[in-house]
Amino acid sequence: MALNRKIAYINLTTGEIETKPIPISIRKKFLGGRGLDMYLMYNHITPGVDPLGADNVAFISAGILGGTLASATSRTHVAGKSPLTGFVGSTNMGGFFAPELRWAGFDHLVIKGKAKKPVYLWLHNGEIEIRDAKNVWGKTVHETQQIIREELSDRDIKILTIGPAGEKLVRFANVMTGLKDAGGRSGMGAILGSKNLKAIAVRGTMDIKIAHPAEALEYNKRFITQITSAKVSQTQGEIGTPFIWGATNTQGLVRVKNFQLNQLEDSDDVEAEAIHQYTTGMAGCFGCQVHCREKYIIPEGAYKGVYDEGPEYTAQGAFAGEPGCRSTLTILVSNHLTNAYGMDLLEAGSLIAWAMELYEKGILTDKDTDGLELRFGNDEAVIEMVHRIARREGLGDILAEGGLRAAEKIGKDSIKYLIHVKGMSNLHSDERPTPSLALGIATASRGSDHLRSRPAIDLYHLPEPVLRKIYSQPIAYNGPLTSDYRDYEGKSWQVFWHETCYEAVDCLGICKYHTTFLGATLPNFEEWSKVLYYNTDLEMSPLDIWTVAERAYNMERLFNIREGLTRKDDWLVDRYFDEPTPLGIPGVRGRTIDREKLTKMIDEYYQYHGWDENGVPTPETLKRLDIDNEPSHIL
Amino acid sequence: MAKVLMIDYEKCTGCRLCELVCSVKHEGVSNPARSRIKIVKWEWEGRYVPMSCQQCESAPCMAVCPVKAISRNGDMGRVEVDYDVCIGCRMCIAICPFGAMSFDTLAKKVIKCDFCDGDPQCVRFCEPRAVQYVDAAEVSGVKQLAAAEKFTGILQKVAAAIAAV
Repeated sequence: MALNRKIAYINLTTGEIETKPIPISIRKKFLGGRGLDMYLMYNHITPGVDPLGADNVAFISAGILGGTLASATSRTHVAGKSPLTGFVGSTNMGGFFAPELRWAGFDHLVIKGKAKKPVYLWLHNGEIEIRDAKNVWGKTVHETQQIIREELSDRDIKILTIGPAGEKLVRFANVMTGLKDAGGRSGMGAILGSKNLKAIAVRGTMDIKIAHPAEALEYNKRFITQITSAKVSQTQGEIGTPFIWGATNTQGLVRVKNFQLNQLEDSDDVEAEAIHQYTTGMAGCFGCQVHCREKYIIPEGAYKGVYDEGPEYTAQGAFAGEPGCRSTLTILVSNHLTNAYGMDLLEAGSLIAWAMELYEKGILTDKDTDGLELRFGNDEAVIEMVHRIARREGLGDILAEGGLRAAEKIGKDSIKYLIHVKGMSNLHSDERPTPSLALGIATASRGSDHLRSRPAIDLYHLPEPVLRKIYSQPIAYNGPLTSDYRDYEGKSWQVFWHETCYEAVDCLGICKYHTTFLGATLPNFEEWSKVLYYNTDLEMSPLDIWTVAERAYNMERLFNIREGLTRKDDWLVDRYFDEPTPLGIPGVRGRTIDREKLTKMIDEYYQYHGWDENGVPTPETLKRLDIDNEPSHIL
Repeated sequence: MAKVLMIDYEKCTGCRLCELVCSVKHEGVSNPARSRIKIVKWEWEGRYVPMSCQQCESAPCMAVCPVKAISRNGDMGRVEVDYDVCIGCRMCIAICPFGAMSFDTLAKKVIKCDFCDGDPQCVRFCEPRAVQYVDAAEVSGVKQLAAAEKFTGILQKVAAAIAAV
């Protein structure tokens, strides 16, 4: 059955491997995926450990619905103490790894210690082997997967791997699977690199019994129709996430030249349609009918003829908007390089743009850049810096440490220009005109991030009755809700709601594009209650699932507080308050975030969680969520 | 007229939902190893090809079966295995030119596509319509149309280019 998958503890220092069943009581409390990972993280990581030391622990998991009939049940979650922020490290990726992990008999892997030499894990039908990785150490993400498949003589093996960036301990290195599926935030690839763990190969042919197969099939059809009938899903299926750029850039909601402008002019070559010219077709993750991944071949230049997948909306900002460039080719090439190196393109692009502003302001000089003219709009410099960061060469070595450490090293006023929260760079979005999005990045548990709690539908000016319908379930809400994304009222509730929604979807192992993220009509708690029952026989109400998500998010909060997080870490850099947006449609021009109003939003946000004014969960909240005795060391 | 599976690999997005729904429909489990359809992939080129039984008119599996367990069902347009007769020798697997006959190691039996008795779930769930269930006579018509469209499209482009000169 879907609930009999095991947890495996693998100690790379000693070579010991132990497997255990996951008790149903823990399943009901945390489901799986990110939720259970957060329980494990709080229980297994000693406070204060060096994220790149042998004592940090890596957690890899599938959601509880991984591989079952609930639309796109492809998601893999990876966690550990972040080498970038020192707080919760957590990242989520699509592809085909998680279902294969489950067919091989496992749901959660807890990886401890450090191997003496590079190794990879080989998991197949309940067995786990630690194997020599000498043939793949130093290889790219793409090469590694091909070599391991040949070595194990099975082309259907699925592999989660790090690239050269992870081996070099770039603090924002990815874990990856396939060509472009990236666990791309908070530096989980560097943790694997620090453990000398190059990859995890999985292959399984074990049944996942579906509890109510006929009903699950019928409901899945309905579930998929609900998803694919949304215009946003159809658009994603045609041109991928780059479609978002047209809407956000037109309004003036993107960061350009680091944070100096909020709109990229003359951006025809950055648009989805420009990128789509080089698309050879669309690809889907496991079970997904949205198929939002573009397949492309680089048309010219040094990488002519190279096949890859993507690029996503993030790449448009990272390699065009933020560094002030306008070239489709730069986007395609840089996207490929960050995939091959296994490095967070969002973090890389953001830090390159920051370094460009420092160079133009004279804080970085030709001496620092080894003669590279790091000016905005210099496409070659962007690509060169991608190489240097991944290889840790020159200035790249400094940026590979992440923004805060780099600012300390560079000194002068460099920190003033860094766009980050908790040491993690922001997406290329400019949140000055949108208080709800600003609150989301300020409070997200893994640092500045758009996938933790972003109420993206706040940008759609939905009528108030529609908002009320969405945000009043599965728990009642009678406070204000407004259609204007520039407002502050009611937005803290929206952030809280989406945060809980995204935590839930990460516990289930379903893609965020299949819930209330980019589309207002997509499924959430009500539908999940049904798919969970049909596939696993677990009877949980929409409110029960909401509570699981709340519980899991509180575990993240507890972890962060134990690592020293305070209220001041839930805050934006000064530029958000002091520099008004210069461009965009009239409604977004001249906008800043108001310090007092943001403070009030954070107060409300804490209250909704049941946290005190310092952002610490109250004893009543912990008791209500039944996590007042953590760490409980059950698993 | 009996229906057949029409596969257009250019439309396949490689998601493997067909494998999932096939194994759930037939065995009540999620397990591609027990699916009657398989997506063969060249991931590093982005090439995905759905492979399933072609329900051959002159089926090698039928010919090779030593106990005559395999027969053609004319009404359904499918090649069927009679499990009361089948001895599990796997000769059919050995001879099938498409690899469409496979062995379910858990149930210890050969398995192949049976069109889900007229409502193939792979077809029902494939939104890009890479797998379709159509009248056998229609297949060539559909292909003719696609080829003709491509051909005239090229002619029109050439004509437009000449006109532009």
